[in-house]
Order: sequence, then C-alpha cells, then structure tokens
Amino acid sequence: MKMKKLAAMALAGTLAAAPAMAELVIPDLSYRTGPYAAGGTPFSDGYQDYFNLLNARDGGIGGEPIRIVECETGYNTEKGVECYESTKGEGALIYQPLSTGITYQIIPKATVDEIPIHTMGYGRTSAANGEVFNWVFNYPANYWDAASVMVNYLLEENGGDLSGKKIALIYHNSAYGKEPIRTLEELSAMHGFELSQLAVDHPGQEQKSQWLQIRRERPDYVLMWGWGVMNQVAVQEASNIGFPMENFIGNWWAGAEHDVTPAGAGADGYKSLNMNRIDANLPVFDEIRTLVHEAGNAAGDGSNVGSVLYTRGMYAAMLAAEAIAKAQEIHGVSDVTAAMVRDGMANLEITEARMAELGMSQIGPEFSVSCENHGGSGLGIVQQWNAADAQWVALTDYIAPDDSVIDPLIAEDSAAFAAENNIEPGCL
Amino acid sequence: MSADFLYGIEVIINGLMAGVLYALVALGFVLIYKASGIFNYAQGVMALFSALTLAGIMSGQVPFAHLINAIFGTDIHYFGWNVPVLAAIILTLIVMVIFAWGVQRFVFRHLVGQEPIILFMATIGLAYFLEGVGDLMWGSDIKTLAVGLPQGGSLWVEEATAGLGGDDFFGFFIDKLDMVATVVAIILVAGLIAFSQYTKQGRAMRAVADDHQAALSVGISLNFIWILVWSLAGLVALVAGIMWGAKSGVQFSLSLIALKALPVLMLGGFTSIPGAIVGGLIIGVGEKLFEYLIGAPYLGGATENWFAYVLALLFLVFRPQGLFGERIIERV
Repeated sequence: MKMKKLAAMALAGTLAAAPAMAELVIPDLSYRTGPYAAGGTPFSDGYQDYFNLLNARDGGIGGEPIRIVECETGYNTEKGVECYESTKGEGALIYQPLSTGITYQIIPKATVDEIPIHTMGYGRTSAANGEVFNWVFNYPANYWDAASVMVNYLLEENGGDLSGKKIALIYHNSAYGKEPIRTLEELSAMHGFELSQLAVDHPGQEQKSQWLQIRRERPDYVLMWGWGVMNQVAVQEASNIGFPMENFIGNWWAGAEHDVTPAGAGADGYKSLNMNRIDANLPVFDEIRTLVHEAGNAAGDGSNVGSVLYTRGMYAAMLAAEAIAKAQEIHGVSDVTAAMVRDGMANLEITEARMAELGMSQIGPEFSVSCENHGGSGLGIVQQWNAADAQWVALTDYIAPDDSVIDPLIAEDSAAFAAENNIEPGCL
Repeated sequence: MSADFLYGIEVIINGLMAGVLYALVALGFVLIYKASGIFNYAQGVMALFSALTLAGIMSGQVPFAHLINAIFGTDIHYFGWNVPVLAAIILTLIVMVIFAWGVQRFVFRHLVGQEPIILFMATIGLAYFLEGVGDLMWGSDIKTLAVGLPQGGSLWVEEATAGLGGDDFFGFFIDKLDMVATVVAIILVAGLIAFSQYTKQGRAMRAVADDHQAALSVGISLNFIWILVWSLAGLVALVAGIMWGAKSGVQFSLSLIALKALPVLMLGGFTSIPGAIVGGLIIGVGEKLFEYLIGAPYLGGATENWFAYVLALLFLVFRPQGLFGERIIERV
C-alpha cells in the first residue's frame, strides 16, 4: 500500500514537472443568434476559420496551437460582458468584442486585467490615442476616418467643391449611429455643405417618416450609419422613393451582401465604404476550403467564404495572428501572455509583401501601429453593389481621411476620458 | 394648395398605411386574448417563424440541415427544387396548425386554471423556444421573400397628384406594398368577422370567448377551439410576416414588430378586432404626424417609437379598456 502511494506520488511529480502543452487562447465573442445574426455569423466564421487554418497548416502560431473559445453574445451588451468575464480566466490573449456597446463596457475591465482589445472599425474612436488607451487598438480605421473618407470621396466626385450641396445623414439612434456627427459637422463647416440629420430608432424596421423627409428635401447625397435590419429597410425605402442609389453611401457596417439582396434590383448602384478589399479568388480561401472545411473543422456551414463580413472576420484574425507573432518575436518566447500580445499590437507592421505571403494580397492597406497611434492608417475604399451580378465592385483605391480634422477631435475626446478617469497619458 | 399642407396629407396617408401593418400584428394578439385570456408574447416570433418557414419551403431548403449535417457528417442544404408561392403558403399554414396543436397539447392543456401571469410566462418561454427552433430549422441568414408583392411608390398616384401643389411639391408618395397590405388586411378582417358570425366553429369560438364554463356545458370542446384560435393567430402571423418580411427580408428582427403592436392594443383594447384596426390607424397617423410636425423639426427626430406609447397611455388614462375593449364592471 505504501509502495503504491509512493509510486502514485512519483508519477504525479513527474507529470507536474513535464512542460505543459501551451495554448494561445483566443476568445470569439460572436453573435450567431438574434436580430443581428446575419452580420455576426459570417464575421465569426471568417475569424475562426483563419485560426483553424493556422492550426492545420502551421501548427498554430510560432509552434503554439491556438484554442478558440467561442461565446455567444447575441449582440447584447450585458451578455457580451458576461462572455468577457467568463473567458478571460482561460488565458485570453486578445478580445474582438464586435460591438461598440460591449467595447465601451469592457474597456475599463480589460485595462485593469491587462488584456488587449482590438475594435476594428468600431468601438471608441478616440482609442486611437494609444497614450490614453494603452490596452485598446482600433486599427486599421475608425468611424471618424469613415466619415472623412466619405466626404473626401464626394469631394473627388464634385471636383473638390461641396459648397452648397445638401448631404443627409441617416443614422441608427444609438451611440454607434451618432459617432460620425461631430466629424461631419466639422467637415460641413470646412467644405460648406449643408448637413441634415435623420435619426432612426432601434431596430429600424419602420423608416417611412425619414424617407418621406428625404423625398421632400431632396438632398444631393445620403450617408448612412446603420446596422442590422435598418440597412435592408433603408436600401429598400431609398429604392421605393426613387432616390438615386449611386448617391446613397453606407459606412462599412452597411455594406454586406445581406444588406442589399432583399431589395433585389432596386439596390443596384448603392455604395458603401469598406476597410478591406473583397476578392473571392484570394489564395487563402482555397487553403481554408482544403485544410479547414474539407477536414470538417469549418466554423459554420462554409457558405460565407469570400463574402464581405467573412473576409473582414478573416482579416481581423490575420491582424491578431500577426500581432501574436510579433509579440513572440519581441519577447523571444512562443508561449506569450496577453501583456506581450499588447506589445505585439503596439509594434505591428502590415506590409503588402506580408499580406501577399499570407495569400491575401491587398486585402487591406499597409499600415503600422505605434505606442501613440493605435488607429492605423484610417484608409477606406468605396464599393458599389452590382445587383445583376450580385456582387460588390470596388470603385476606388484606398482613400485617406482628413487627419487635420480627425486628430484634434481624437486628442480632445481622449483627453476628456483621461481627465475623467485620472489617467496620466503615456506609453507602457 | 401649399406644399407643406399637401405633405401633411401625404404623412397622414402613409400613417394610415403604416397603421394597417401595425394592426396586422395586433390582430393575432386580439384573437388569442379574446378566446383564452392569454396575452401571447410569442405573437411577434410566430410572425417570424411563419415567414421563415414560408421562405424556407419556397426555396426548397432542408429543415434542420445544420443539425443533420453536424450529426451525420453530411453536406445537404437544399432539396434542389422550388415550391410555388401558393403551395408554400398552404404548407406553411399546415406547419402553423401543427404548431397550434403542439402549443395546446404540450403547454396550455397542462396550465388550465392557472393565473393569467403564469400563462403569460408560458408564452414568453414559447417565444424563445420558437425563435430557437426557427434558427435551427432554417438558419439565421436573411431570406428574400419573393412572393410577387409589388415594391416602390405608385408612379400613377405620384403623377396624378403632382399638379396639386407648386414646384416644390412632387406628388403623393404611396408605397404599392402598403396598398396591397391594406387590401389584404380588409379581406382578412372581413373573413375573420364572417367566420366568427356565420360558421358553427366561429360561433363556438365566440361562445368560448364570452364564457368558458357555459361553452363547456353546451358541449363545445375547449381544446378544439383553442387549437382553432392559435391556428387563426398563425394565419394572421403569416400575413404580417409576409408584409413586413417583404420590406426587409425575413430576418430575426421581424420578431420585434410585436413592439409596434403593443400601443395599438393599449389603445384599441385586447378583445376587439375593429379596435385593433382603428387603434393601428390612430397610432400610425399619430406617430407619423408627430414626427413630421414636432419630432423631426424640434426634437431631433426618432420620436415615433416612444410617442406611440404616449398616445396609447393618454387613451388608457381615460379609457382603460381601450377604445373598443369590453367595459370593465366589477360588482362588490
């Protein structure tokens, strides 16, 4: 009996002494159910499929396997916070909350827990100031960049002069929808266009009043900050009143396939921004189909590959993976911690050569991140819906925002946040 | 006539049309409440589920495909055929009747005699269950509902009325889909009234609504009547789901249209079919006019959702049973 006990203790000691199999834990705060599932599902599919590809092809990142921990938020802020709390203890390295509401709630928590957050094209815009928001990154672009890119595109379309033009903003009546207003007001004063604002209440199923107003006032352009059902109804209503669709531009959360297909041919010509290019023939998609889907490890049913939001989810995963690889390079270890990944994000550099090497040439703009600038380049393209071919077509190359307008706004807003929260700005 | 005046009339017309769409949702609530005293929280989800089923059947989608593929390792999604609209509507109605039977057999039969709040809670559970089943059966992607309904403003109306005002009046905008919805709603209400007045089952339904005990005593089967009522609510939900789904595609936010029906019910009463219609029209016109005259110009817009409830509350204060609801008389 005594011998058995000793043998068991020796075995336990041996097991404890053996090096533990490390894992890179990536939570996926997805929403595959509820009113916004049509947007959340393809993004999550792309996000997970890319990490599964790295596991299948490269054995993970730097030899460390990746473990995805999916948590369903239903795009609900309370559930999102619960997901954060329940997954952070697993050794989470980076969060992609995929909701502005959830982002606002977990910024203070993640800052205390020292886990980096990546809010790609959403969340708190002034988090681009890395000296105040040490743990939050919103590269490659933010909402204010989007508003400025839209105006710059319209300037280009109008020979550099928007004076006297009427531009209407139709927006989701929420913190998200109101994000571009301040920037557009500044740009309106600078370029002399008349800005009118039309709020749409959640969820946006009924927009008759707003579109009757647009029909009465006949703006030259309508810009949209919508999400969920608001997008589909807006596109349908614009088509119903005969608004010229080529003068109707949504932001990058109002430019997926499912935003336009319900309106059929009526949606033809509608434009939207995108922070990444759409190309169904990217070599990385073939790899995903072969090494992930055919192996039975697809996150979804495989039908979303190449769509706008699938591509964006995959792009987000690529940026996270590159940051982890950078962290491994900086710290000389493969089993990195969340704090190390933050360092990787703060020193991230995305080049065309690297994107081509990854099988996704020109998927996004080249950009680099620094301690001070967590926002990336802010570039965006304009794409247009071709209803006959049922596909988005890129109309422009990457357009730059007007940093002379946006940078002071970011400085002002982040300074206010720092003052409210007793943060001494500086690099970690 | 001034353009402002004419645009005010346009807002009223469009408010009436929107009111019809709200009333379509409210009707389902009224049918069930009137016959069984249950406030059916699941009515919005029933509209979603029926529209999902219709779209799924029409496109030849394999129900529960995701689940089947996950269990058996298959890769099936579609049967490879399309079902004509009419046949798909009939099949969807059969599904809604089976659902009604299931609700009665497995839920409410076991809750006979329970407090109304318990029954209400049961419908909350039912709503979430049905939403989950809908997701599992048909998936969460947005489905286009191509049932041949017209879209867009009526050019004929626009051109015929353009001359009424000056250069800044562009004619009345009336959505063709809203016009169809109005005609369908009229037919539906007329059909429901005719059914309840002139058929044996309809009269039995009214008897149950008036007094359960008395209806039982003359041999009317409560089970049958409740299945019938839930089936009719399923029919109304399907009509509402088609009309709303044609605007935005069939997607899970369709279930939220129930929120539009609540102020209509508060105003029109929970027990009156004409009340649901008139309540819908008042709410539709009221919220649109308020947005046009006060909300958009002075309050930053997006006032319709809350103003509908303010309007309903005002009516509630003066007439708690709603415009057409049964008078509340309690004798001590």
